[in-house]
Amino acid sequence: MTNRPTSRRTVLECMAWAGAAAVWSFSGGVPRARLLGSPAHAEEASFSFAQISDSHIGFAKDANMDVPGTLQAAITQLGQLPHHPSMVLHTGDVSHLSKPAQFDTAAQIIGAGKFDIHYVPGEHDMLEDNGRPFIERFQAREKPGVAGGACYSFDQNGVHFIGLNNVTDLKAGGLGMIGEAQLKWLAGDLAGRADSQPIVVFAHIPLWTVYAPWGWGTEDGERALALLRRFGSVTVLNGHIHQVLQKVEGNVAFYSARSTAFPQPAPGAAPSPGPMKVDAGKLRGVLGIREVTVIAGQAALAVADATLAG
Amino acid sequence: MRARLARRTVLAAAALLLPRAVRAGDAAVAIKDFAFDPATLTVPAGTKVVWTNRDDTPHKLASNAQPPLFVSDALDSDDAWPMVFDKPGTYGYFCTLHPHMQGAVIVT
Ligand SMILES: [Cu+2]
Repeated sequence: MTNRPTSRRTVLECMAWAGAAAVWSFSGGVPRARLLGSPAHAEEASFSFAQISDSHIGFAKDANMDVPGTLQAAITQLGQLPHHPSMVLHTGDVSHLSKPAQFDTAAQIIGAGKFDIHYVPGEHDMLEDNGRPFIERFQAREKPGVAGGACYSFDQNGVHFIGLNNVTDLKAGGLGMIGEAQLKWLAGDLAGRADSQPIVVFAHIPLWTVYAPWGWGTEDGERALALLRRFGSVTVLNGHIHQVLQKVEGNVAFYSARSTAFPQPAPGAAPSPGPMKVDAGKLRGVLGIREVTVIAGQAALAVADATLAG
Repeated sequence: MRARLARRTVLAAAALLLPRAVRAGDAAVAIKDFAFDPATLTVPAGTKVVWTNRDDTPHKLASNAQPPLFVSDALDSDDAWPMVFDKPGTYGYFCTLHPHMQGAVIVT
């Protein structure tokens, strides 16, 4: 990336991390003076959390016959992350078919990690009773923004976190959908917040259109982004597409995460977005976890993806 | 009448090759590569249409009408789901997990 002749600039650094994964550190959209905080101070005020996604408990096919085993590996790896995050976001498709036994297995494996964990649903979690079983089980601690809507927000270390549900009430021929009720709630939730507060939005389906022919996008994602644009630091985390993808648009950075269960093809690279089969020895190299670090004085969060092979 | 009988015979012969869930007089739609095959199916009133998921990911059907006229179970791989269409009309439907997947049953 090159510097643009504006007061804002975007810097992309790419470096090896622990020999196994890459760290992408984006700094953008901040006045230059604020970038000059001393490293010691930044270290002191930084705060890290993690993301896992698409554990698909209940899936057992060629691509991965031991989905509980790879979720377990992911949880173990979360405990070994460099910044020891205590908070974890799960961006949905916890289960494969919303079955009580699948929810049980997931809750047991994830619960053993003793993390402070927040979930949003994937479409595979909401197959029964309008998603009630998932919401009651995995969002009991959250204060719902919309009745039955599976969205909520909370503040942690000065960062405002917003969990959205864009997997229910989908329309024929459409993409993911946030819906009027959640958008209205989101507008109210953001009203009165200072532009300088860092925002992290997490949802299952990408909020930006990655690939419409496969439904990889959110119909009304742009309406949510319009509400978020005034903020100096917005990070949008999603799952659903089982691969790492990123995009920066002004002050908004989008990151799509790997699954802990199976990979999916790059957009358009296969006849369908179905599970991709890889050699058993290569599976853990295409599954993964993510650590996100909020660094004081930097608008852009540092996002580090690691594979389960690492 | 003769033509109808002939068609029945053809369907009965085809039934030998089809999975157990689909019998003579039924019509079959396969779900394969995130698509319905055939995407548009024309059948006489009273036909039982059976969808079978041939993908290694689940799908779930719902009619386009609001509220939907029918919603299937979540279909795991190789699961089948039947629906009898008694009234003539065009029934558009989609997959609630992957809404870009669309199909129609035309009942004559
Ligand atoms: Cu589907």
